[in-house]
Amino acid sequence: MFVSLNWLKNYVDIGNITPEELAEKITKTGIEVEGIEYVADKSSNVVVGYVKECEKHPNADKLNLCQVDVGEEVLQIICGAPNIAQGQKVAVAKPGAVLPGNFKIKKAKLRGVESNGMICSLQELGIEEKFVPKEVADGIFVFPNDVEIGSDALSLLNLDDAILELGLTPNRSDALSMLGVAYEVAAILDVPINLPDENVEQVADKADQFVDVKVEATGLNPYYGAFVVQDIKVGPSPLWMRNYLIAAGIRPINNVVDITNYVLLEYGQPLHAFDYDKFGSKEIVVRRAQDGETMTTLDDQERTLKSDHLVITNGHEVTALAGVMGGANSEVSETTTTVLLEAAYFNPAAVRTASKDHGLRSESSTRFEKGVDPDRVKRAGLRACHLLSKYANGKVLTGVVELDELDRSEKQVSITTSRINDRLGTDISNDEIVDILRKLNFTFTQEEESFTISVPTRRQDITIFEDMVEEVARIYGYDNLPFTLPQGASQAGGLTKLQQLKRDIKQFFESVGLMETITYSLTTKERAELLVSPEVKQDAVTPVSLSMPMSEEHSTLRLSILPELLSSVAYNVARKQADLGYYEVGTVFISDEEQVTKQPKEKLRASGAITGDWLVHPWQQEKKQVDFYVVKGIVEALFDTLNLSVIYKQAKVDGMHPGRTAQVLIGEKLIGFIGQLHPSVQKDFDLKDTYVFDLDLDYIFHVHENEPSFEKIARFPSTSRDIALVVNEQVNAGEVQATIQQAGGDLIKEIMVFDVYQGEHLEAGKKSLAFSLLYLDPTRTLTDEEVEESYQKILEAVKERHQAVLRG
Amino acid sequence: MKERLQELQTEALAKVTESSTLSDLQDIRVAYLGKKGPITEVLRGMGKLSPEERPVIGELANKVREAIANELDSKKAKLEAEELEKKLEKETIDVTLPGRPVQVGGPHLLTSIVEEIEDLFIGMGFEIREGPEVETDYYNFEALNLPKGHPARDMQDSFYITEELLMRTHTSPVQARTMGQFNGSQPVKMICPGKVYRRDTDDATHSHQFTQVEGLYVDKDVRMSDLKGVLNRFAKQMFGEDREIRLRPSFFPFTEPSVEMDISCKVCNGEGCSVCKGTGWIEILGGGMVHPRVLEMAGYDPKEYSGFAFGMGPERIAMLKYGVDDIRHFYTNDVRFLKQYHKA
Repeated sequence: MFVSLNWLKNYVDIGNITPEELAEKITKTGIEVEGIEYVADKSSNVVVGYVKECEKHPNADKLNLCQVDVGEEVLQIICGAPNIAQGQKVAVAKPGAVLPGNFKIKKAKLRGVESNGMICSLQELGIEEKFVPKEVADGIFVFPNDVEIGSDALSLLNLDDAILELGLTPNRSDALSMLGVAYEVAAILDVPINLPDENVEQVADKADQFVDVKVEATGLNPYYGAFVVQDIKVGPSPLWMRNYLIAAGIRPINNVVDITNYVLLEYGQPLHAFDYDKFGSKEIVVRRAQDGETMTTLDDQERTLKSDHLVITNGHEVTALAGVMGGANSEVSETTTTVLLEAAYFNPAAVRTASKDHGLRSESSTRFEKGVDPDRVKRAGLRACHLLSKYANGKVLTGVVELDELDRSEKQVSITTSRINDRLGTDISNDEIVDILRKLNFTFTQEEESFTISVPTRRQDITIFEDMVEEVARIYGYDNLPFTLPQGASQAGGLTKLQQLKRDIKQFFESVGLMETITYSLTTKERAELLVSPEVKQDAVTPVSLSMPMSEEHSTLRLSILPELLSSVAYNVARKQADLGYYEVGTVFISDEEQVTKQPKEKLRASGAITGDWLVHPWQQEKKQVDFYVVKGIVEALFDTLNLSVIYKQAKVDGMHPGRTAQVLIGEKLIGFIGQLHPSVQKDFDLKDTYVFDLDLDYIFHVHENEPSFEKIARFPSTSRDIALVVNEQVNAGEVQATIQQAGGDLIKEIMVFDVYQGEHLEAGKKSLAFSLLYLDPTRTLTDEEVEESYQKILEAVKERHQAVLRG
Repeated sequence: MKERLQELQTEALAKVTESSTLSDLQDIRVAYLGKKGPITEVLRGMGKLSPEERPVIGELANKVREAIANELDSKKAKLEAEELEKKLEKETIDVTLPGRPVQVGGPHLLTSIVEEIEDLFIGMGFEIREGPEVETDYYNFEALNLPKGHPARDMQDSFYITEELLMRTHTSPVQARTMGQFNGSQPVKMICPGKVYRRDTDDATHSHQFTQVEGLYVDKDVRMSDLKGVLNRFAKQMFGEDREIRLRPSFFPFTEPSVEMDISCKVCNGEGCSVCKGTGWIEILGGGMVHPRVLEMAGYDPKEYSGFAFGMGPERIAMLKYGVDDIRHFYTNDVRFLKQYHKA
């Protein structure tokens, strides 16, 4: 909402307050002023001039040589505007004037003839093209004849105005009108309010002889009033009205249209003017549209209607889409002489539906959608009639033809001073409450500290006690509320064990050199199905998609963090950042339904991706690319920190390198995978060798022992033994290790692979695996015999299970 | 004999002084103090001496031995020290060469901000609660006093999955869920951080996915001045003790009265500059007193309980605190961006 301060001054006396100060006060009281615009801050020295003479320039066809009376003197000015003529009153920028854009006016010679100033168009004075009336769009602006020669043209054109741009919250639709803003400002400044003139001198003829109103959809249209105004002379509206409309962002058209727009802005009540002679009948019928019915709106668009839409008809033909836009068939034009004026209350939801379905958001529909003030509907009609008779030569017929089932009752809300103070933490007195209600122009009854307030219908947002708490608080001033701390029983805040664990795990990843990323949960359909861990894939029937995505790019909920994470990695690699270690902890969305009807399961996962060089020390010529074992080392260390034992199994996972991928299990439960991306996936992302991990954090949380138990530091010596075994090259170290552990029993505290060899010293197809075993009994010293016995058992077991022989 | 011994001492000490290597010293030791050395020889000839002379010569011989041995030891220590110094000298390296780089990771800036907010409210006795990102229409809207067809739903155009399911547009549903879970049985004091989604085209100031932290305190006799006090404490700890706050009336369907909170602009100290658009104030968060309908729907009697709620955007806070100029930076994960905030 744009509020012209010059216009506002018609209703409230704002005194000497500056626009900035007023804006600050309005903002602090509850309506945010988003900006202050000065209509023409850079112009000066522009006056009204009278064109005494106008003849062709002796040396140029398209220029005119004018003698212009500017009051104190007569200036010779050359003007190129096609519409310049003798006898006009025009805006003259005298030498020394400055126009918007810091354009300085000087004496000059044009084709050998002296020119002492400039005759201005509205655009040159800083009015935006879109607000300039069509008839003067290509030329200079011509004032009405009654303006005084030599007077300040800028003020006549309202260019000395300041306009406040209000950012209205949905509850404050009352401020979608100048009157609403006036009530607000009156309350803030504690000044009285002057209401506009609604008096209409009616002629003898009765309106109901000219028109009948029938409302078939009364639920959607509780009030419809029709006024008839004859003898209209269509022409330009008064200058001040045009100025105010421009200030509010509406282009002036003609007096009839301008008056309906002016009253819309003044009262917040949209009106519609039909050309009575083109209306097509003497009967207004308001009804729901029929499905498939068509009409042509004022903007010459043919529109197909639905039964959700409310229409105005002449009994057989649609003449307006109620509250949204009129029909082309009954539009007011230059030749209109009788106006049929509609003032109505249309159901907010019906108007919203129609405006949404047709993509038509107008000044009218935005007001109806929010619910107009029931008290002002008819009054706005009267106000428009008043203006039509005053500025369009209108003769207003007696009476309004109306159908009225509108509820105009005022809501009663009760408050007590103590309840208000309890809620606000203040110490406001009864008298202060009285004063606040008076400033707001609310009527009320008082009994000591109890108040019953009749809320004016313009304030549809106030219905309950809490609404009145806000009214009192905002006029009292939020700044005046004290600072206190809650007085209730205090509780110890804190992280839950799982929240702490999540932080710890993230910190772990960071401590081993990974950087945290946050990527989008919404991805493409293809990416949603890429690199999904097998245990997720098993549960997820289909990825969850938005019903109306804004783009394919963000249309589907992720089943894995990896694709978007990899896309972030690729983004960096493309920018010459080739060595990266990234991780992310976030949610994936798993639905077990073909057609989603219930919330998907949200699982927390931790994923990571590493690419490029992992160890680099240039001047020592050290450089080690990331490989499988870097990623595995990180994951192993994580589980070690968490005190969880996991199993790694060679596996095939879609999108992963078939020979360099392991599934991660806790017991029998699959919890993710680690490995290298499949070369084709790497290529798709434009990545070199990249290794990733993806783990189910929810499950890890689930099995994690929260309290690590203290393990005694061993007092007895340990014994170590090495064992080198030759096995077939297909045999995995992990399996052999598991056999060793099993056969060796509890005495084995640690098994470490310290050598893997394949080559000339071994038979083809064989490899050697060397393990270092650590024996320990925390309660005593082990004997050689015990260790030897265990060692022999191990040898037998690996021979039996893996055909392993001791390397000679 | 006496003379001979003294002569030997002088001779040996002179050799020690002249010697310059450890092996020279060893040769001297063997030559003078060895079993076949001249002192031993002298001692062997002691039989020829008178009983009076024997102890005197014996003592002298031991003294001479001792003197030579001491001199040898101290010379040895000196030579060894010199040798070590030479060796260390040779081991000198260029300490100005760069060290071996260590992989350093770190948290995302948004995580840092969210955790800072969490810790701050934990300090004021709040708990942290989390909830689903795919929400039901009921918890996202209806339970928060936004019935179907409510005009304020326009304010947050949403990503729907079905008519009843959508990507949550704020983290307030977690509040509704928590209150509903307690069903009016106990006070609630919580904050809920998380990802939220709105139908916005990504640009410098809009993101279809962003982060929110919302807070809720419901108890008997909660006052609006408590909200002001808690937010003031938050603002000062988050943005600096010298910041002022101001509350302005606003509108949210789930609070009444509603507020927006500004902090005094850090750049111009409230004088007015381009960052605060000349107002001296910067909007930080919204909040208010919990709407009685919201309390009621969650099983809290609004006559007995009152509460306050607030919500803020960590992206916005990060942008203000660190001057980040484009919200997309948070989701592009440019390593040059991420690294900047690991140093704090």
